[in-house]
Amino acid sequence: MDKVIRFASDKGVVIFSKSSCCLCYTVNILFQELGVNPMVYEIDQDPDCREIERALLRMGCATAVPAVFVGGKFIGSTNEVMSLHLSGSLIPLVRPYLQQPQS
Amino acid sequence: MHHEEPWEHPTTTSNRKCQPEGTKRQEMLYPSHLVQRRQAQNREAARKSRLRKKAYVHQLEQSRLRLAQLEQEFKQARQQGLLIGGGFDPGHLDFSPPVNSGIAAFEMEYGHWVDEQNRQICELRNALNAHINDVELRVLVENGMKHYFKLFRLKAVAAKADVFYIMCGLWKTSSERFFLWIGGFRPSELLKVLVPQLQPLAEPQHLEVGNLRQSCQQAEEALSQGMDKLQKTLADSVAFDQMGDCFLPPMARAVEQLEALVSFVNQADHLRQETLLQMSRILTTRQTARGLLALGEYFHRLRALSSLWASQPREAVR
Repeated sequence: MDKVIRFASDKGVVIFSKSSCCLCYTVNILFQELGVNPMVYEIDQDPDCREIERALLRMGCATAVPAVFVGGKFIGSTNEVMSLHLSGSLIPLVRPYLQQPQS
Repeated sequence: MHHEEPWEHPTTTSNRKCQPEGTKRQEMLYPSHLVQRRQAQNREAARKSRLRKKAYVHQLEQSRLRLAQLEQEFKQARQQGLLIGGGFDPGHLDFSPPVNSGIAAFEMEYGHWVDEQNRQICELRNALNAHINDVELRVLVENGMKHYFKLFRLKAVAAKADVFYIMCGLWKTSSERFFLWIGGFRPSELLKVLVPQLQPLAEPQHLEVGNLRQSCQQAEEALSQGMDKLQKTLADSVAFDQMGDCFLPPMARAVEQLEALVSFVNQADHLRQETLLQMSRILTTRQTARGLLALGEYFHRLRALSSLWASQPREAVR
C-alpha cells in the first residue's frame, strides 16, 4: 500500500506500531539498545488504520504490528527481529543507521 | 352448594367420567368429586416432588463444581509447598473433574515431559561416558533439542487456556519459580550455567558465545521493559475500568491486554528456543551433548532443592 511503502522507504529503521501495543514498545527498546533511533508510525492514530493493517498483514506478518522495515525492506515482526539479533545478523543490518556509539 | 359425603358411606356415582383403569376401583367406592379432588392433590404433589428433585440436582451440580475448584486449589497449594505432609490424596476421590481442562491436560503432559527428560539425561550421560561416535550422538542431541521445543509448544497451548497459570510458573517446583522470568527460565542464565561446563572453547566459539550472551541480554532487557509497560497498562485497565462506557463490555480493555500477555509468553519461549538453537550452531555435536547434559542436571538439582527443603525437619510453631 502506498502509504506504507512511502513511509518505510526514506527512513532507516521504521516500526509500524500501535500506541497500545507493548510488543511494539519492546522492539523499539531493542533497537535503541543497539544505538538506533527508529521511526515509529502509530497506525492507530491514522484515519486509514484499517487499510494499513490489511496491507501489513498481506506482507506476511501474523500480527499487523509490530512491522519492521530496515532501509525500505520489510524485515518482519517481533519473532524475526529477535531471531536476527540472536544470530548476530541484526547489527550489521542496522549499522548504516546508527545514531550513537553502541552501548 | 356442595357438601361432603362421609367416607364411610361410599356411593356409586351417577355422573361417571372416562377415567384411567387404576381409578375405577376408587370410583366405585367413593363419589367422583372426592376422586377428582384426590387426583388433583396427587398431581400437585407430583409436581412439587419434581420441583424438589430439580432443586436437589441443581444443588448437587453446584457442590460438584465447588469440590472440583477446592481440589484444584488444594493441588496448587500443595505444589507451592504450602502444605507439608501432603494430607489426603485427591486422586483417590471418585471423580476429580478439572476446573480448566486445558491446564489439567498441560499438567499431565508436563509430568510425562519430566519423565522423558530424566530418561534422556541418563541416556546422554551413558552415551558420553561410553564415548559413542558423533553420528549416534547427533541423534541424541537432536532428540534433546526437540524435547525442549515440545515443551514450548505445550506451553503455548496452555497459555491460551490460562495465561496467569503460565506466567506464575504454577507447574514448576517452588525453587524453579524463584528464578522465573516471563513464564520460564532466563535465557542469559542458561548461558551462565552452560558455558563453564563447555570449556575449553575454541577462540571463534568464544567470540560467538560472547556475542550471543550480549544479544540475549539485550533481547531480555527489551522484553522485560515491554512486560513492565504491559503490567502497568493492565493495572490501569482494572483500576479505571469505564463502567459507564456503553460501547465496551466491562474489563474489555483488560481482556485485550491478556491476549498481549500471551504474546509475551510466546516471545519469551521463542527467545529460549533461539538461544538453544544458536548454541547448538556454535558448538560441536559433542559440546552440545555435554551442554544438554549439564542443563538437564542443573534443572534436576533445582527441582530436587524444593523437595529437600520441604523434607527438612522444622521447629514446631508455638
